[in-house]
Amino acid sequence: MRAMFMRYPVLICLLLAGYAFLYLPIFSLIIYSFNESRLVTVWGGFSTKWYGELLQNGPLIDAALLSLKIAAMNATLAIVLGTLAALALVRFRKSRGHASLGIMVTAPLVMPEIIIGLSLLLLFVAMEDLTGWPAGRGQTTILIAHATFSMAYVTVIVQSRLAHMDRSLEEAALDLGARPLRVFFTITLPMIAPALAAGWLLAFTLSMDDLVIASFVSGPGSTTLPMVVYSSVRLGVSPQINALATLFIAVVSLAVLIASVILYRQQKKDN
Amino acid sequence: MNQPRSLANQSWSAPEGEPVVRIEKVTKHFGEVYAVDDISIDIHRGEFFSLLGASGCGKTTLLRMLAGFETPSSGRIYIDGQDVTDVPPYKRPINMMFQSYALFPHMTVAQNIAYGLKNEPLNRQQRRERVVEMMALVQIEKLATRKPHQLSGGQRQRVALARALAKHPKILLLDEPLGALDKKLRERTQFELVNLQERLGITFIIVTHDQEEAMTMSSRIALMHDGRIEQVDSPRRMYEFPATRYAANFIGSVNMFEGHVVSHEQDMVTIASEETGSELIVHHSQPLTQGMPVTVAVRPEKLKLTEKGTNPANEITGTIQEIAYLGDVSIYHIDLPSGKRVQFTQSNIQALAELPLTWGQEITLTWSSHSCGVLSQ
Amino acid sequence: MKLSFATANPQKLIVAIPWLWLALFFVMPFIFILKISVSEPQLAMPPYQDWIREFEDGLLTITLNFGNYLLLLEDDLYVSALLGSATIAGISTLLCLLIGYPMAYAIALAPSHWRMPLLMLIILPFWTSFLLRVYAWIGILKDNGLLNQLLMSIGLIDQPLQILHTPVAVYIGVVYSYLPFLVLPLYATLVRLDNTLLEAAADLGARPLRQFMTVTLPQSVPGMVAGSMLVFIPVMGEFVIPDLLGGPDTLMVGKLMWTEFFNNKDWPVASSLAAVLLMLLIIPFVFMRHFEQRTAEEEK
Repeated sequence: MRAMFMRYPVLICLLLAGYAFLYLPIFSLIIYSFNESRLVTVWGGFSTKWYGELLQNGPLIDAALLSLKIAAMNATLAIVLGTLAALALVRFRKSRGHASLGIMVTAPLVMPEIIIGLSLLLLFVAMEDLTGWPAGRGQTTILIAHATFSMAYVTVIVQSRLAHMDRSLEEAALDLGARPLRVFFTITLPMIAPALAAGWLLAFTLSMDDLVIASFVSGPGSTTLPMVVYSSVRLGVSPQINALATLFIAVVSLAVLIASVILYRQQKKDN
Repeated sequence: MNQPRSLANQSWSAPEGEPVVRIEKVTKHFGEVYAVDDISIDIHRGEFFSLLGASGCGKTTLLRMLAGFETPSSGRIYIDGQDVTDVPPYKRPINMMFQSYALFPHMTVAQNIAYGLKNEPLNRQQRRERVVEMMALVQIEKLATRKPHQLSGGQRQRVALARALAKHPKILLLDEPLGALDKKLRERTQFELVNLQERLGITFIIVTHDQEEAMTMSSRIALMHDGRIEQVDSPRRMYEFPATRYAANFIGSVNMFEGHVVSHEQDMVTIASEETGSELIVHHSQPLTQGMPVTVAVRPEKLKLTEKGTNPANEITGTIQEIAYLGDVSIYHIDLPSGKRVQFTQSNIQALAELPLTWGQEITLTWSSHSCGVLSQ
Repeated sequence: MKLSFATANPQKLIVAIPWLWLALFFVMPFIFILKISVSEPQLAMPPYQDWIREFEDGLLTITLNFGNYLLLLEDDLYVSALLGSATIAGISTLLCLLIGYPMAYAIALAPSHWRMPLLMLIILPFWTSFLLRVYAWIGILKDNGLLNQLLMSIGLIDQPLQILHTPVAVYIGVVYSYLPFLVLPLYATLVRLDNTLLEAAADLGARPLRQFMTVTLPQSVPGMVAGSMLVFIPVMGEFVIPDLLGGPDTLMVGKLMWTEFFNNKDWPVASSLAAVLLMLLIIPFVFMRHFEQRTAEEEK
């Protein structure tokens, strides 16, 4: 297999070029966040002043805190809904609504955000008109909108884990006298825990990242981080945003690194 | 140590009293497919009962219905006289050892064994004692803190057994319990399972596709085919007196001669067959009518060499076509003048003796009227 | 297989909760899109008229206004925006395939202990903010940006090229952002391919290129379709990339909807645009589901 890989130098070059394409913009973001000059393209010496300014930027910090809060709530809600949907899709194939649930879960994965955002806004307006809830738009409506599309991603992840899980483990637990609820919490849940963790992180990231849907369903006083970034970016390049991007990248890289180390140790222990 | 009954191959007779498991006219179909088709069996206390059959014969479905993972489409299942047909698996006094062992990968050996005890009326101390007792029973005391992935196949099998026995079930179900082990370990484990069952007195119901395994361990075997029972009998009777063509073929090798009944007097049937060239006489007590088409089954090792023309019946003559030397025995394929091919086995008693039989040689074989049977279908 | 012991209630609940959630917050909204797309705009909040109105005499009047759809047909702007989106989505998908296929294939051919890290490197950018990654291209592509500086310093050009605010910038941004969506499903298909088939082809005398064209490529069609749809469908409605990287002449339906909605406050027209886009996207979506299910069945 290795020989086969090495036999195609062109393929390796194309792969490396692909990675360069993916990573060069990210490196440029990082480098210019340490640029003394305001002009993004002129190198004016090393500086961390944009980080300082970033931390002084009140509206941006507020928006970041709101985004973090919504992202955490969204991830938790999406995990619950996505796990239920995955259970329904994998375990209860004969139940009513199985086919339609399958379609409804796949569709948000590819649906353009702008349609989701617009349609949800129209729904919220109409619902408020009819029932008085949700009163205005803000955190709650953003949370609902985010949970709706991130649960689709969670479902896909948990579904594949559940499908590959040995059914006889749960049967063995039932056979040993555990009621279905105890089986779920002591056997099923620990078995799908890695998928739940991955799903939670993905849902968190999706929520932190969303501009379009939040723009539709947010209200006055609920401006999320991407909305602040967007309005700042529209005005042109700003080193503060580079600094923000660098922080983002640092956090994500750190998380990936920690996850890899944990996985590596786990594998080593298993062997 | 007392000699395990089934290994001694003593015949088994149904005891008086209520069966511990009664399967009554149970049918299970998945859509159009009948996995289990109108099966009734009584299994008694302390039996080592095998459900034997090729894959897809419905034996696993039947076992899963006993455990409660499937509900019969029709029919009832009773355990100790109590109807459990609709009782969920977690309320049945039955435990199961899974084919894959289904050990919980995130728990240690001790935690696996203790899992079922959480629902028992035991305090902590008693629970711990029970776990230790079970580990001692299957000799895995040293593995208590290991996780399943750190165990060998044989060790996993023991943990699964200990876990299933921990709750002291009335009945233990074993789904292909030795399937994942290599041949040597499998043979040793067969004896251990039988000893354990003798010692605990628990009813074992085992599913297997391996006829040797079923023969070695069981007090009785139910041979299944296409969702139906072919025959329920002790291993010995199953081998010596198969009831159907399928049963005769499934366990061991067999020669079958087609013919029709000439006469039936007392215990003796006389059968004429165009395949053999001589009349066949069989000890058979069931009534047969004259002219009825029947099949006579003779095991290859029941045949013995004889002089041509010295037997009034049960005599065949043919030429040796093939010889297979298997070490302990040799198998000869003999073609009769009718074109029928017959198998004949002979023990190789002497190591370097001149082979008495060779290719193309004409030999005559006979057998006793007590060592063959009449198959009804 | 239905579990016989699962009493009806918890099972129904497990199916019902996500079903109801999605029915309410994913399917219902589309009905409102359809409803509002046929109503009259008005200067109020919400800026549309309900077409079911109860008059004083108690009669129910329904006025449907299909004018919004007529407008879409009559005004070249909308038709060309839809065509523009389709063109950009189609060409970007092809570009993603051209760049992504060799990458996915190289990873699938790599020694097994390299595959996970190589895949992680594909996924990693996806975890950092999409908006910020698109923003990075502004700094690279603008007139005095990194790319122009580089090209000028090596003497390839004298004058900066205008790349930002042109369709080229949109293509770069789209391919950059959506490449992982194509590589992942394609890799999943390629890595499952039976190597013995290639060996058999080689044994029968096929050269590597012919092996690839006759064995690998046809077998990777499901992955190519799945990946292409994961790119094509969302790009059809893309807003951020054309807005930040495209110019005034980059017409895409997502951007147009945004303008109609936020700048012109014309909810009915935005809704009818969304409805048309939705109808158009059903075709590739059904196509994708069909291939997904076929792959799932083949796996069994």
